[in-house]
Amino acid sequence: MAGITDNGKEHQHTITALVQNHPGVLARVAGLFARRGFNIESLAVSVTENPEVSRMTIVARGDDRVLEQITKQLNKLIEVIRVVDYVEHSAVERELALIKVNAEPKDRSEILQLAEVFRGRVIDVGEKTFLIELTGGPDKIDAFARLMAPYGIREMARTGVIAMARGTKTA
Amino acid sequence: MAKMSGAQILLECLRQEGVEFIFGYPGGAVLPIYDALYDYRDIKHILVRHEQGAAHMADGYARATGKVGVCLVTSGPGATNLVTGIATAQMDSIPIVALTGQVRTTNIGKDAFQETDAIGISMPITKHNYLLKRTEDIPRVIAEAFYIARSGRPGPVLVDIPLDVSLGKIEWDPSSYQKDPDIPSYRPTYKGHEMQIRKAAQAIKEAKRPVLYVGGGAVQSGAQAEVTELSERTNILVTTTLMGKGAIDENHPNSLGMLGMHGTAYANHAVHNCDLLIAVGARFDDRVTGKLDQFAKYAKVIHIDIDPAEIGKVVHCDIPIVGDVKTVLRELLKYVEPRPATEWNRQIMEWKRKFPLIYPKDGQMHAEYVIDEIWRVTEGNAIVTTGVGQHQMWAAQYYKVKRPRQFITSGGLGTMGFGMPAAIGVQLAFPNETVVCIDGDGSFQMTVQELMTAVVYELPIIVAIINNRSLGMVRQWQELFWSERYSEVDLQASPDFVKLAEAYGAIGMRVTRPEDVEPALREAMSQRKKPVIIDFVVPTEENVYPMIPSGQSIEQMMLRKDLEQLRASVDTDGEQWSFAEQEEILKQFVEQPVRQ
Repeated sequence: MAGITDNGKEHQHTITALVQNHPGVLARVAGLFARRGFNIESLAVSVTENPEVSRMTIVARGDDRVLEQITKQLNKLIEVIRVVDYVEHSAVERELALIKVNAEPKDRSEILQLAEVFRGRVIDVGEKTFLIELTGGPDKIDAFARLMAPYGIREMARTGVIAMARGTKTA
Repeated sequence: MAKMSGAQILLECLRQEGVEFIFGYPGGAVLPIYDALYDYRDIKHILVRHEQGAAHMADGYARATGKVGVCLVTSGPGATNLVTGIATAQMDSIPIVALTGQVRTTNIGKDAFQETDAIGISMPITKHNYLLKRTEDIPRVIAEAFYIARSGRPGPVLVDIPLDVSLGKIEWDPSSYQKDPDIPSYRPTYKGHEMQIRKAAQAIKEAKRPVLYVGGGAVQSGAQAEVTELSERTNILVTTTLMGKGAIDENHPNSLGMLGMHGTAYANHAVHNCDLLIAVGARFDDRVTGKLDQFAKYAKVIHIDIDPAEIGKVVHCDIPIVGDVKTVLRELLKYVEPRPATEWNRQIMEWKRKFPLIYPKDGQMHAEYVIDEIWRVTEGNAIVTTGVGQHQMWAAQYYKVKRPRQFITSGGLGTMGFGMPAAIGVQLAFPNETVVCIDGDGSFQMTVQELMTAVVYELPIIVAIINNRSLGMVRQWQELFWSERYSEVDLQASPDFVKLAEAYGAIGMRVTRPEDVEPALREAMSQRKKPVIIDFVVPTEENVYPMIPSGQSIEQMMLRKDLEQLRASVDTDGEQWSFAEQEEILKQFVEQPVRQ
């Protein structure tokens, strides 16, 4: 069985799991990842259009074998209804970030312009800070955070990615 | 419709599931259930001496019968004491339902007396678990628990039952109970994919050096007839894992016995050199594979398993088939053509002759001899349970079973102390069978209190203690790999097992001479009312061979040093055969790796 290990190249995958909306199901999923040594980059959970079903979107890293195992092990959980691994480009990915950035009077117009370019919205203006809301793919949020860094980011919260297939396809 | 308490509903559900025995131990949080049991005659409760014993008994019962085993304990320490037993069942995919009491729902999370998070604790060691919140959920949850435990890849399911849930009274119609409920998010695959099965048949046709590697999945699915037919029709020889013992009659000429760390040399040679490995309900455990990149390195792999997550988990698989072993093999047999025995069969037989399982008959009472005698005297018909350690490996090597569910051992978790409580579950299920627990002096002492349970229920279990006054397997590793630094493996200080047996009201015997083994066993077998403990005093400094050291390959396989000599004494042609010569022969076979 030569070649049983692949080249071990790591990828990032976005996986969506539809799960029964039961208490403890998050613990099962989180426990599974911890126990099997899978790396989670982000995890977002919410109820779906059907109140009995929750949707978990997991961004995970690993080589092909690890990612295959993640999908299969998730599917084994009794309360997991379906697992979809969105391979590149077939899905739209978004997350929401709240960024509290230092906004001295001299910097304010510059920050506003940058936020505008990224279609961010200032949702709170303090004496010394802006609170900016931004949605987009993780890269866009990373880029915006980099641009804000010189002003001084006081606090940032990100929801983690949620994803959905394009077109009529559903999870 | 009469009102019923949650506890009464629970028992009625268990009855409808066909539960014969509950292995349990009472306590505060399960008092309503024990009260309901008081005048419930349809299910027999077995009072254990420690909750771990209850879990192993339910497990042993399940392994021997194929039915779901049930244990019942209270909250807190009752639940935590089950942990080892549940984990044992989980690792070997054994269907048990563990019922744990819980504090009142209103007290959950308040650190109430005897409160513990049984759900959280058991999550990683169960197939699934439930916290009951309402009395009216009992029937649905119990039905799901049993269905999940026994279907697909079986496994333990825990149901945590708060006190107020079992106390609560509701109107319930017992005829509304629905077994095997549909769970939309849980639908195991039983039927294999036809294209894949055809591919497998083709691969079998093309293979020059195929081997069947059969595991516990074949036992669970009851596929002995199919495994045997496949082997006979194709002349492909069969090696089984520890869990797969009995998937083919081990006395069958096509059986190669167990493979892996302490497997037979011929099984390991066959797997190492094969060009097609047909894995049937086996999961490529590290005790089987050793060093992964060397394991069956010339082989194409067919992997039949009911659990899709097992496929590709450890090794690459060329032809995966997800499905129930028996169902898949039946389909496969439609396409598989007869193959003659080939040079490859002759080669394996040659290995079998050159590297036999053998021990000296030199007047000393070796462990292997004792087990060989147990096999001979019971005519290979006993249901055998074991602890974990050297005695377990010797039992696996020398007790050749005829059928599945005849060899009951903790494989995956390696739980010392499993043997005796498991034997209690087995003997209750099969009161007329001879049940032998081949145990170690270390393992026996881990759950010795269950001897009382065996005495109370008049179970004629024979406990054969292979007493080397040492934690033998650890001692062996320390001898071989840790420079003979024997750290904390000495068990000279043990109770007198004969007196111990007598103190419990069992029968105790001690055997120190080889010629006394058979008479002692015959006497023990004539006893049908009491457990018999036989203390077989064997030498301390003996090792289990063959042995492939952990994480290594067949090239590092250690054979017993006196193998040549012993073999020469039984081998009439007296032909000597060195490892180097054997390597020469191997080279002829391994012309070309199948895959790069």
